[in-house]
Amino acid sequence: MRLKRRRLIWRSIRSRRDLVPVVDRTDRIEPGQVRAFVTARNEYTRLPYFLSHYRALGVGHFLFVLNNSDDPSQAFLADQPDVSLWRTDASYKAARFGVDWITWLQFRYGHRAWCLTVDVDELLIYPHWDTRNLTALTERLTQTGTPALGALMLDLYPKGPMDRPTYTPGQDPAEVLQYFDASPYRAQRQWPAQNLWVQGGPRDRAFFADRPARAPTLNKLPLMHWNRRFAYMNSTHSALPPRLNCAWDGPACISGDTRLSGALLHTKFLPDVVTRSREEKRRKEHFGQPGDFDRYYDWLSSAPDLWHDKAVPYKGWRQLLDMGILSDGGWA
Amino acid sequence: MSLGIVMLVHDALDRAEQLVRHWATHGCPVVIHVDTCVTRKDYADFVAALDDLDNVKFCKRRNCEWGTWSLVAASQTASEVLLGSFPDLRHIMLVSGSCLPLRPISEMLAYLQDRPQTDFIESVTTEDVPWTIGGLDIERFTLRFPFSWKRHRRLFDRGVEIQRKLGVKRKIPGGLVPHLGSQWWCLTRKTLSAILNDPQRPVFDKYFRYVWIPDESYYQTLARRHSTRIESRSLTLSKFNFQGKPHVFYDDHLQLLRRSDCFVARKVWRYADKLYDSFLSDQQLVVAGAEPNPGKIDRIFTKAIDRRTKGRAGLYMSSRFPSEGYRGNLTAARYTVLEGFAELYDGFDDWLADTVSARIHGHLFAEDKVHFAGGGQEFFGALSDSANLRNYNPTAFLTNLIWSTRGERQCFHFGPCDNQDVSWVMAKDANARIYVVSGAWAVQLFHSNRSFPDIRREAARLQKIESEHLTALRSGYARARTQIWSLADFVLNPTELLQNVVDDIGPRTPTPLINLPRMKPLQGFGQFLQDLKNQGMHPYLMGDFPAGHDLVPATRIQRKPYLVN
Repeated sequence: MRLKRRRLIWRSIRSRRDLVPVVDRTDRIEPGQVRAFVTARNEYTRLPYFLSHYRALGVGHFLFVLNNSDDPSQAFLADQPDVSLWRTDASYKAARFGVDWITWLQFRYGHRAWCLTVDVDELLIYPHWDTRNLTALTERLTQTGTPALGALMLDLYPKGPMDRPTYTPGQDPAEVLQYFDASPYRAQRQWPAQNLWVQGGPRDRAFFADRPARAPTLNKLPLMHWNRRFAYMNSTHSALPPRLNCAWDGPACISGDTRLSGALLHTKFLPDVVTRSREEKRRKEHFGQPGDFDRYYDWLSSAPDLWHDKAVPYKGWRQLLDMGILSDGGWA
Repeated sequence: MSLGIVMLVHDALDRAEQLVRHWATHGCPVVIHVDTCVTRKDYADFVAALDDLDNVKFCKRRNCEWGTWSLVAASQTASEVLLGSFPDLRHIMLVSGSCLPLRPISEMLAYLQDRPQTDFIESVTTEDVPWTIGGLDIERFTLRFPFSWKRHRRLFDRGVEIQRKLGVKRKIPGGLVPHLGSQWWCLTRKTLSAILNDPQRPVFDKYFRYVWIPDESYYQTLARRHSTRIESRSLTLSKFNFQGKPHVFYDDHLQLLRRSDCFVARKVWRYADKLYDSFLSDQQLVVAGAEPNPGKIDRIFTKAIDRRTKGRAGLYMSSRFPSEGYRGNLTAARYTVLEGFAELYDGFDDWLADTVSARIHGHLFAEDKVHFAGGGQEFFGALSDSANLRNYNPTAFLTNLIWSTRGERQCFHFGPCDNQDVSWVMAKDANARIYVVSGAWAVQLFHSNRSFPDIRREAARLQKIESEHLTALRSGYARARTQIWSLADFVLNPTELLQNVVDDIGPRTPTPLINLPRMKPLQGFGQFLQDLKNQGMHPYLMGDFPAGHDLVPATRIQRKPYLVN
C-alpha cells in the first residue's frame, strides 16, 4: 500500500506538465482557508450555482482544472476573483480521471489545509450546513480527531423524462431535480485499503439491476485535512493511507457508533445530461472498459424517467438525517 | 462591586476583548490570564485595546496545557491579583475567553446578592459518580501523571501501566476527600481566600501538581474543606461529549440558549456572530429572576451523544457500518418470518392480512423475484423487486427493508426454495420472530404433478436445505425468537399455534380466532411420505404421519351462528 501510494503521488507530480495555468491567484489563499479542487469540462450551466453554494459554505479559494473545455466556462471562471484556473488538453482517462492533476494541485497548494475535492455536479451538504459553515465543520472534525469527512452521493432526479424540465444557470438544481431514493444503499468494506464500497440508488435500481456489481460507487471523501503524503486512490471514493478510509466509521468498527457524515447532492440528471451522454460515449473517457459504458450512455441519452411512486421529494438535511442518509455524529 | 471575573484566554482575542468589555462595563472587575501561546505582539495589542478600562488587570502569563497543573496555577495567580486589587468583591467567577453571559449581568448580580454565602461549584466524590474518562477514576488521585496526555499519549499510558504494576498509591494529604466537577466555578471571597491562604497550601499544591486534570479537582476538593455552603452545580452551562471535549454552541442554538435561563454558556464558537451580538447587547429583562434551567439543552446534547456512541440500530450507512462481530441489533424493528404456512394453506396471506395489522409479503427471497405485498415493482425505500439486486447483498436488502418501513410490522414467508444467504443473519437477529412448520414444503410436492423420481430428488434437496436452516435457528449463536413445529404437530393442533403467531404480530381485534384459512387436503399424505421412504429417502422433518390413516386436527372451530335480534 505504501508503494502504491508513493507511485500515485509520483504519477501526479509528473502530470503537472499537462497543466497550463490560465489564471493563477493562489497568492490570495489565506492560511486556514478551505480550498476547493475541481476538474471540469463544459460545465458552464452548473458553474454559477456551484460557486455560490460553496462560497456560502465558506470556501476560500477554488482551484479549477478545465479539461478540453470549449464552452464559455473558461472566460467565466477567469473573471472570478477567488478562482485559479488551469487548463489541459491531455487525456482525462490517462490522468486517472483527473485525479492526477488534482493530487498535484493539492500537493502544491493543499498541504496541511482542509481541502474539498468535488465535481461540478456535486453539492456538499452536512448537518447544520445552512447555519454552520465549513470553518465550523472543520473545527469540529479537528476537535474530534477526524482527518476527513465522508459523504454519500445522493442522485437527484426529476419527475418525468430527464430532458423535459428547463434549468437556467444560477438556479438551485434541487428546484428542478426534486426527488431521490431514500434507500437501498448497500455497503461493504474492501481490503486492503479498508475503504467502504457503497452502492445503490436510482441508477442501480433502474439500470444496473441485472449486473449490480457494476453499479456506480456512491461513497466519497470530499473533505480532507490534506497532507502532501496523501493520495486519492479511486476518484475521491477512497484514499491512501488506509486510515483515511476509516474516517467514516472508525477503525475496526464493531461498536455501531455513528460518525459525522454528509451527502453530495448529485445533479448529474439536469436536462443537459442527455446531450452530454452522447458526447461522453464518443469520447470514451470514462471508468472501466469504454465498451461497458456504451449501453449506459445510450440509456441516458434516451432521457429515461427515474421517477416512481416511492420516490421521496428532497426537503433538506434534517429529512436526510431522519432517514439515515447522513448523520450528525453527536454534533448537535 | 460584588462579582469579580477571572478570565483564562488562549485564543480568539477579539472575542475575549468583547467579553471583557461587557463584564467590565457592567461593573465586574476582570483579571485576565493570557496563555503564552499568544504572540507578544497580539498580547500587546490586546492589552492596548483594553487600556481604557480601569477595572481590568492582567496577570503574569504562563504556558497552559490542557489537563495539567498550569491551568490551576494560572487561575491562582489571577485570583490573587483580583483579590488583592479589588477588596470589596463578594463572589469571584472563573470563566474562559469563550464563555458567553446569557443573561444580563445585573440579573446575575441580583441572583448572587440573594445568596451571599453560597459557593457555586460542582463537586462530587469519585466513588459516587462514574466520572471516568480514559479508564481512570480514583487513580487520578493516587497515581502520578508527569506526562502530557495530549502530546505524549504513549508515555502517559506506559506511566499508568507501570505504576499500576508497582502498586503505586499516593497518599492524599491532610485529610482531603477527593472531589471532581466542572472546572468553571463561582466562589465567595471567603472560600477563595481561604483556599489561597491555607497554611497547608504548599503541600496541597505539590500534591495536585501530579494529579490528572487538577483543574477539575483542585478547587472542587479544597472548597469542601473551607466552604460552609456549597451548591454543587456550576453557573456555567457546559456540555461535554463522550471524549471529554466541550460542545460548541453555534448561531442556530440561539433560541435554545435563550430559553435555558443559564447565566453563562461555554463554549461558544468564535464566529457565531449572532450569538455574541444578541447576548452582549443590552437585552430586556424578559425572564427576570428565573432559575437556570438547562434541561432542554441537556436533553438535546444527551440525545446527540447517545446517537453518536450507539447509533441507530438497524441503520447501515456510510458513517455507521458496524462489522460482523457487532453485538447490537441487526435490524431496526421487529419482524416476523413465516415458514411453511403458505405451503400448507390456501389463501393464507389474505387471511393473515385480514387478521393482523401488518404488512404481509410473499416470499421476499424467492429465486425468481422479490414478492412484495401487493406485487409492486418497488417498495418503500425504493427497494426494487429485482432478484439480482437482492442477491447481490441479501443482508443489506433485509436491513434496508426493515429500516425504511419503521413503524409498520413486516411479515414475510421464507422456505427452503428461497435464497438461503440470510438464514444465519435472521437467526442471529434478536428482532426476528421466526415460526417454522418444518417439512411443510412436502405438501406442495405432494400436490404437484411431477414424476416421482423428480419429487424424490427435490424432496431430498429441500430437506437438506431446511435442516441446515433449522441448525442455524437452534444454534447457540441464534438470538431470534424461534418456534419450530413439525408438520404433524401443527396439523394436529393448528388453532392454538396460529393464535400464537397472530398474537405476537398484533391482531386487529383482540378476540380469539374465529375462522382459519383453508388447509390444503392431506388425504393420503402419510402414504406419500411412506412412498418416499420406500424409495430410500427418509423424510424426517415432517414428524410422524402414519401411513395407514390421516391425521385429523384435534379441535375444530365451530362457527358461531349469527344471532338476529
